[in-house]
Amino acid sequence: MKLAGFLLLVAGWAIVVAAVALLPSAGARVGFVLAGLAVELFGLALAVRSHLVLQAEGEGE
Amino acid sequence: MTPFVAPAPPSLSEVSAVFCLLLILLVPFAGVGLTMINSGLGRARSAAHAMLSALCVTAVAALVYVIVGVAWQGAAGRPDHFLMIAGKAWGWIASERFFVRGLRLDLSPAALVVLLQIFSVGLAGLIPLSSGADRWRLGAICASTALLAGWTYPLFAHWAWGGGWLAQLGANCGLGRGFVDGGGSGTIQVVGGVTALSITWILGPRRGKFSAEALPAALPGHNVVLVLLGCGFAWIGWMALNSAGAMLFLGVEPGRVVLIAVNTTLCAAASGLAAGVVTRVRFGRPDASLSSNGWIAGLVASSAAAAFLKPAASMIVGGVAGILVVSVADFLEFQLAIDDPGGAVSVHAVGGLWGVLAVALLADAGPGGQWLAQLVGIATLLGFVLPLSYGLNWLLDRVYRQRVAREGELQGMDLHELGAGAYPEFDVHGDDFLQR
Repeated sequence: MKLAGFLLLVAGWAIVVAAVALLPSAGARVGFVLAGLAVELFGLALAVRSHLVLQAEGEGE
Repeated sequence: MTPFVAPAPPSLSEVSAVFCLLLILLVPFAGVGLTMINSGLGRARSAAHAMLSALCVTAVAALVYVIVGVAWQGAAGRPDHFLMIAGKAWGWIASERFFVRGLRLDLSPAALVVLLQIFSVGLAGLIPLSSGADRWRLGAICASTALLAGWTYPLFAHWAWGGGWLAQLGANCGLGRGFVDGGGSGTIQVVGGVTALSITWILGPRRGKFSAEALPAALPGHNVVLVLLGCGFAWIGWMALNSAGAMLFLGVEPGRVVLIAVNTTLCAAASGLAAGVVTRVRFGRPDASLSSNGWIAGLVASSAAAAFLKPAASMIVGGVAGILVVSVADFLEFQLAIDDPGGAVSVHAVGGLWGVLAVALLADAGPGGQWLAQLVGIATLLGFVLPLSYGLNWLLDRVYRQRVAREGELQGMDLHELGAGAYPEFDVHGDDFLQR
């Protein structure tokens, strides 16, 4: 889950960079940048969640 | 990958350059302030360790940055590598030489940038210290700082300040002036803040911080006086940092330094007071350490936009930062079980992100599209810098364990790693107030 979270963070950033570099129309660019940020937030939530689980497992040992 | 010369930086008259130099020489006060805060918010049995760690961080950051960091970061108007995408050049890394060779260290803007960056990278390196307090080994601190100063920081700083692709968003895509971050809300504070988050995740919480039911225990800082005094030093340093950064990276004229100092002060004042009021409402009394964190969060949030804000807007930026810092600190501790003794994540990462966003929402930074440039900067900090910082520190932890051994944590970092305490003539209490 931790790896997936960080991969989603990077994937969201890649969407943002691609939108800025490749899309000529302002509307599409805005849409893809916001979509990329949404993917990043999902990845961040996953990374946070994975660390909560890891910590709970560590305390249980 | 072809070397080219990034857009030229603003030229400075000799008088302006000397004025800028004097401002830069005040920037280390910000580091002194953060060091005092970090030490004061930690345990008494780790106070000397905290101070020595800060000195080591500053030293390692300066050395590594000069050896390799400058080569990656460069400065606007200096040689650069770029990628051609859709017919446009996007600078991604500088092509300077190691050890600052090939750059005359005089009053030129590029030389002033190098001097400012030697101090700024040290400042960024101090931020994770507060999140790893009382359990982060000195050797690991130095190694982690080397990674930050040699790779993470210079790369993002090149993109934002060295004429790289974030700075080019205005020229290449018509997004305002490109990514605007005059004093480093993103480039210094968020980079340091997300590194602090990585460190808290890798180290885990201090022993005794969370009960079996994940309820946090209060581990109060050992010297609130030191913390509050640190706020004063940081204030001086931040006014200088915001002013010098705006002159060198945004090309503002020296006369605007007064506005920048006023905005920096108002932002910190509003933030500190807002944090005090929020803690008064929530706990019945104002909390000194959270109020001081509010003060610093205001300074952090002011950095990006201080040159473009109206004074009333800077009060709004500060007020929001003060409310955010208390709310986020609680959320991190109670909901996410993140043990961040000095509040580095809430103060520097969240406060810095808010500062970057405030440029888009409240500042008069120039033509339209600025808000999208700021969002792209935020996306880069979260989507690139955080994974990079976490990955580098995770790898470091595989080869050199970053967390001190259990007995060292119980004994205190001072005795365990340095062999002597900071306060040898006083009783230093153990964990007798914690539930076992």
